[in-house]
Formats: sequence, structure tokens, C-alpha cells
Amino acid sequence: MLRKLFKFHGGVKPQTNKVQSTTQPIAPVPLPERLVIPLHQAVGGHPRPLVAPGDKVFKGQRIGGADGSLSSAVHASTSGIVRDVAPALMPHTSGLTTLSVVIEPDGEDRWGELDKVNYRTTPPDELRDFLRDAGVVGLGGAVFPSYAKLKPGKEGRLKTLVINGAECEPFITCDDLLMRERAADMLKGIVAMRHMLQAEEVLIGIEDNKPEAVAAVQTAIAASGQTGIEAVAIPTRYPAGGAKQLIRVLTGIEVPHGRRSTDFGVQCFNVGTAYSIFEALEFGRPLISRVVTVAGNVDLPRNYEVLIGTPMDHVVRLSGARADTDRYIMGGPMMGVRLPAFDVPVVKATNCILVGSPALFPPPPPEMPCIRCGECAKACPADLAPFEMYWFSRSKNFGKAQEYHLFDCIECGCCSFVCPSHIPLVDYFRFSKSEIWARERDKSSSDAARDRFEFKNFRQEREKQEKAEKLAAKAAATREKVAADSQAGTANPAAEAPDTAKPTAPSAEDTKRALIAAAMEKARQQKAQVAPKNTEQLSAETQADIDAIEARRAVSAATPPTPDA
Amino acid sequence: MINSPFVRKAASVQQVMLQVLLALVPGIAAYVWFFGAGILVQLALASAAALAGEAAMLAIRGKPKALFLGDLSAIVTAWLIALTFPPIVPWWLTVTATLLAIVVVKQLYGGLGQNPFNPAMAAFCLMIVAYPALMSQWPAAGQLDFSSQLQLIFGGARQVDAITGATPLDALRTALRAAANPDSQLHGLRAAQLMDGPAYGMLGGKGGEWVTLGFLLGGLWLLQRRIITWHIPGAFCLALAASAGLLWAVRPEGFASPVFHLASGGAMLGAFFILTDPVSGATTPRGKLLFAAGAGVLTFVIRAFGAYPDGVAFATLLMNLCVPLIDMNTQAPVFGHKKD
Repeated sequence: MLRKLFKFHGGVKPQTNKVQSTTQPIAPVPLPERLVIPLHQAVGGHPRPLVAPGDKVFKGQRIGGADGSLSSAVHASTSGIVRDVAPALMPHTSGLTTLSVVIEPDGEDRWGELDKVNYRTTPPDELRDFLRDAGVVGLGGAVFPSYAKLKPGKEGRLKTLVINGAECEPFITCDDLLMRERAADMLKGIVAMRHMLQAEEVLIGIEDNKPEAVAAVQTAIAASGQTGIEAVAIPTRYPAGGAKQLIRVLTGIEVPHGRRSTDFGVQCFNVGTAYSIFEALEFGRPLISRVVTVAGNVDLPRNYEVLIGTPMDHVVRLSGARADTDRYIMGGPMMGVRLPAFDVPVVKATNCILVGSPALFPPPPPEMPCIRCGECAKACPADLAPFEMYWFSRSKNFGKAQEYHLFDCIECGCCSFVCPSHIPLVDYFRFSKSEIWARERDKSSSDAARDRFEFKNFRQEREKQEKAEKLAAKAAATREKVAADSQAGTANPAAEAPDTAKPTAPSAEDTKRALIAAAMEKARQQKAQVAPKNTEQLSAETQADIDAIEARRAVSAATPPTPDA
Repeated sequence: MINSPFVRKAASVQQVMLQVLLALVPGIAAYVWFFGAGILVQLALASAAALAGEAAMLAIRGKPKALFLGDLSAIVTAWLIALTFPPIVPWWLTVTATLLAIVVVKQLYGGLGQNPFNPAMAAFCLMIVAYPALMSQWPAAGQLDFSSQLQLIFGGARQVDAITGATPLDALRTALRAAANPDSQLHGLRAAQLMDGPAYGMLGGKGGEWVTLGFLLGGLWLLQRRIITWHIPGAFCLALAASAGLLWAVRPEGFASPVFHLASGGAMLGAFFILTDPVSGATTPRGKLLFAAGAGVLTFVIRAFGAYPDGVAFATLLMNLCVPLIDMNTQAPVFGHKKD
């Protein structure tokens, strides 16, 4: 325990409020009536649905397939019938919906067939594909697909594998309880990750306000006989559990914004992720549940093992939300997001359902002007000058805000926490970041539009030219044909043109007329081919609507409206 | 919609300002003890003027009055004005200066947090330029009783030249200049000998040194409360002492000692209460060092070679001007971009 620890700048010490939810073991949750499983739960591409309404699914069956270079699969959390595949409200402040699979459990909770792999004999690429299809993502909150992080750096090996059990957010204790109760299995997951990353040493960082967890993990390490794995108690200071801050504390390395930690010989995973990797490799079980803390304005704060897709109020009911509850927050009070409804589903990112009330989280006092006291800069764990960034964000001087390293901000909330003027600094930074992203999107889309337009002009010009050439060639051909026909006509005028009163040799005008008729016919055909795009492939109802509208239009055209009507 | 964080530290501008006011109390107590209760009248006058000016401007600007009057920042400005001005200036001078500070220097620039100059020091400079005589009459410790002070503050005609003089800083400089003059009867006397008179105490001016020590005490308490950081007082005192010490070491017969400089005039008030004003001061750690060191050197230069009794106010304003430049060029490297 004499390991030299490093410090990160700033940080705050909010009231931890952790003891309340650690008195009871992790509890199971009875099956809800309905599970709503969003397909897009992790960073990366949207998985495509693999089931349709009416399908029967087994527990652990893949219902969303990983799509694209960075994506992670999604699974049925229990056996049952797929009732719907439709957009549903997601657990996010925005109140937006996302494509979700609604499953009605059949109560049998029956596993489907599960694949298992031996991580020591399977090639790394296959192992990563396996974990991708098992839907294993970072459970610390960032939900980054784990397989993509289980690649050693360029050297093919890693110096340090950091396991994040710091859990610095107030109220949240899911990692604490997981370490207390499942340290041995979690350790097996860590050993597998260490093998995949060829890591020299493993450091498990745990804030020193969790002595039980530290002891449990140390006992597990001793029992496993593994060497080079160490559980390290680190000083309790928010946000010590931020990946970069934890890497700094344990190794002294500062990973700059936009750089991979593997470039510095370090990779970091959450303890919950390690446990789900154990489940996937040992039993072939995909990630279908996680430990969730229910805390805050409830009678019995505690941790639950919750199936992904369970409505949050179904879980909170077990803890007894108090009467003045006005909101659920997903995550902790420092970085959590306020949810748009009580029945949004638990997802892989849900480490905590923090039940809020106006008394527990009172609205902030009125915002005052910034007095440049610098408290925010003192508290910033990214060594930023938030008050300067605030100034530029407020005046929408986004270029300057970026010069002051806006994008190095990890939105931990320390600056807002300490601000004596009660300025919601993080909100300003979120706003600035999204504005900059939007502008960059606009710019790239306008660049694309300009390219498209220029190419269209070029193409039209080219087509015009080609058409002219083609027409000229065709005209020549037709002229020859007409000439040939007229010769044939002269040879046998009665048979060829019985109605013609005066069969004469075709003049140059006739040739011209024929040419025009041919061109018009061709144009008509082209127009018929090109014109109606958005009325193709209509559903029966829409077609019926259109027919009705056409009928109405025909009637109104037949009876012109009276001026007085 | 309220976003995270949902919890906050119990901190407010009002609390910060209140602690600054509390920290001024030991100095004020020493002031009353040595120079009489007239300063309390000045403090009250300035406070009332500051609140009135602030309220009027807030009304014109359509800002919430209770919120901004309650932040106590106007009172801090008022107290700094009263404490840096001679305690016997007429009431209208205090009131005018305070109104100028609040209305022009603070509110016309946008109010709390927006003023590029320290309002109290801007008012001091304006007044010493406009009323050099009134701004240079300081009573000696124990010289005036409360009723004569009241008479001076509120009375009409002033015959103060007979009973008051310059500050010890001013007096010593004049004496030192005289000592350098072969025709003067003070010729050849050193600073230590010149300071033998009844106007001087152990370190600086008699009585005044205790007031300064009171401000030092309050300032240290602010440091301990983490309202201010060590950078500004540290760099200011060091720079002032170093520049004074340098010339004193070279020519002790011509200059006052660094201890005298630190213990006299507005040195401690400037170091802990004026330069540490976050709004008009530098904000980065390195910037604070530069800012305060610049102010320290300028204070000494103005005191030793200038025509005004003290240099803190002008030094503060001059360094306020440099703040944007200093801040811009002293940003610390951020996480992950430090050079080891």
C-alpha cells in the first residue's frame, strides 16, 4: 500500500450520501409487465432490429445486431413475445424517442442457446466480435463498446490496465456493492481483459470511502493467486472516477483530450464492465442486466439487479418513492440527466436512478454576474479557466471558447458546484459545444451541397453535349431511314399509303416533321420515366387518399367555385 | 429545465463580500482607537451614498434591486473609499467620491463583475487630482477629538492646516528630500533620525502602523478562509519591499526602509483588500504574481519619486489596465497539455 499516488488539479467534495444504499445486498427485481429495450444504447452505430412484432424471443437472444464499424448488439432481457418495434421515449433529458423493441415477458425467463468461448484459445479478433455480439459496453456511464477498447496499442502490449472502481459521484453505490459481492468473478473478467490487452500490471482504483470494497477486492486477488494486480485505495475527491483523472491518480499520466490512452500504455474499464465480460466469457451470457442504485427521495435506498428495458418506476416502486417526488435523474447529482418521464426504461448506461424532490435538490438561487473570483478554475479537474470560457460562450464567441480549450471540458460540474454567483457554467459549455457541432455539421453539409451543385452543373452540361451528339447521330440515321422508306413508298405507293390522296416523294419538310415527332415521343417517354418519384411505392391507404383527392379536384374543376362562396 | 449538477456548495457573492467586510473590522477598530470615531461617520456616509447610487442605477438599468444591493459589493467599495481617504475630509467629498465610484466606474461599465477598474481606487485618484489639498490633510494619532472631527466633516469653513499635516509617508519623503538639500536644517539626517519625531511609531506612522497591522490580520484571515490566494499579497509585499530595499541599501540616507513602506499608507489594505478585487485584478496564478508585483514596484516608485502622498491607488489603476494582457498571456496549460 505504499504505491505513490498522483494528484489531479481541482475537484470538489460534495456530500457523498452513499451509506444509505449500502446497508442492503443487491436485490432482484420481479419481471415487469413489459420491457422496452432501445436498440441504440451504446456509443456508435444504431443496431438494426433482428425481430418483428409477434416473434417469440428467448432470454439472451440477440434482437439488435451491431451495425457499422463501432456498434454493439442488444439482447432480449427475458423470454417472451415481441409486441412492437417502434420509437419509444428514451432515458434522456431531450425527451426524444428511439427505435425500441417492446417485449411482453412470458414469465418463464428461459435462456436461449448461448455460445461460449475460451478467451485463452480464441484469436483476439474473434474474441472482440464475440464481445461485440454479447453487447458488452462500458458500464461506468459512457457506454462505449468494450470490444473496441480491448485492443492493445501499437506495441501489441499495454503497461497498465486501470480498473475503475472509484465511483466518485454522490449517492451511487452500484460499483461498491458489485465489488463487495462479486469481487472474485469480476476479477476473472479482469484477468481475461488483461490477457487480451497483454497488460503488464492491473491497478484497481477505489475511493477510500469504500473500505469494504477495497478489502473484498484485495481478498479476491489474494485468493486468486494472481500477481501484478493491485487494489489501490485513492483519496475521495470528485471526480476521481473520471477515466482521465483516475489514470492520472494511479499512473501520473495525463491523457490529453482527443488522444487514446493506449498511446500512453494505459487502458481503463469500469468494474461493472469487467463483471459483464466475465459473464459473457464464462457463461456466454450477453449483457442483459446490470446493478442499479435507487437512491435519493426513497424510503429504502438500495441496489438492484435490473433487466435492461425495465421501466424505471417499476424498480423505484420497490424502494418506495416519497410523495413529493418530482423527477428521476439518471446518474448522480453532479453529472446525471433529468428524465422526461418516470417510466423510461433502464438501459446499459443506467448506474443509478436518483429520485429527486424540490427539497432534496432545490432550484439554484438566482444567477448573479461573474465576479471572476476564479473558484471555478480552482475546482476544474481539467485545469481550465471556466469563467473565461463562460464569458466567450455567453457572447457566442465560440472560436475564443475553443481557444480556451472548451472541448477539454469533461462536464463534471465542479465549476457550477462551487460558483458563488450560481452560474450554470456547465450548461453554457454544453450549449457552446452543441452550437459548434451544429455549425460544423452545417458547414460540412453546405460544403457537400456546393460540391453536389457543382457536379450537377457539370453533369447537366455533359449530358446536354452527349444528347446533342446522340441526337445528331439519330437524326442522320432517321434521315437515312426516311429516305429508304420513301424510296420503298415510291416503289409501291398503293400498298404503303392507301389513304394518301396524292402520294408524292417525301419533301425535306416531311423528314423534319418525322424527326420532331420522334423527338417528342422520346421526350414524353423520358418524362414519364423521371417525373413522379414520391408517389411510387405507396401504401394502399395513401393511394386511396390520393385517389380521393384527385376525385375531389376533378369535381371542383368541373364546377367552378362561385365568387360569393 | 434545470440540468446537472443538481447540488451546489453553499457559496454566494454576498457571503464573499460579507467576509471581506468582516476582515476589515480589526483595521477599523485600530483606526477608531488611534484616530477617533470620525472614521465611523465616514464609513456610514460612504455606505449610504453607495447604496443610494447603486439603487438608482439598478432602477434605471432595470435590474433586481434587492438581489444586487444585497450582494454587499457596493458596501465593500464604500468602506475602501472611507478607509483610504483622510478621515476628516468634508462629507460631500466622501459622498461625491462614492457616487463616482458606484455610478461611473462600476454601474456605467455594466455593474457587478464588469468594471475594468477598481472603483474605490478610481475614486481616490479622481479626488486627489481634483482636491489635492483636502485629500492630503491627515490628523496625527490622538490629535483630534470626535467633536472636532465632526465639525471638520460637516462644518463649513476649514482651518485645518494648523492642526493637521501630511501622512507619515508624505512627511518622511519631504524630510528626506530636505535632508538632501545642503541649505536645509535637516541636512545630513538619516531616515532613522528623521523618524525620531512624535509622528512616527516603531515601524511606520504612529497609530497608522497599528491600523496597517489590523488590515494585515484581516487579510491573513481572508487567506485562511480561501477568499483570496497568497499570490497577490505575497507578490505585492515582496515587490514593494524589494524595490524599497534595493534603493535603501544603496542610499540609506535618501530612502525609507522597506519595513516603513510595508507598514505605512495603504500597503496592507492594497495587498489584501484592493489588489485582490477579483473583478479588476488578474485571475491566473502567474498573472496574479505579475499583476501584484507590478503594483508593488509602481507603488514604491510613486511614493519615492512622485508628488502624491501614496502610490497604491495609482499603481492599482495602472495595473488594472494591464489585466487583459496579463490574463491572456498567463493561461496555465490544461490537463494533458503540460510539459513535464
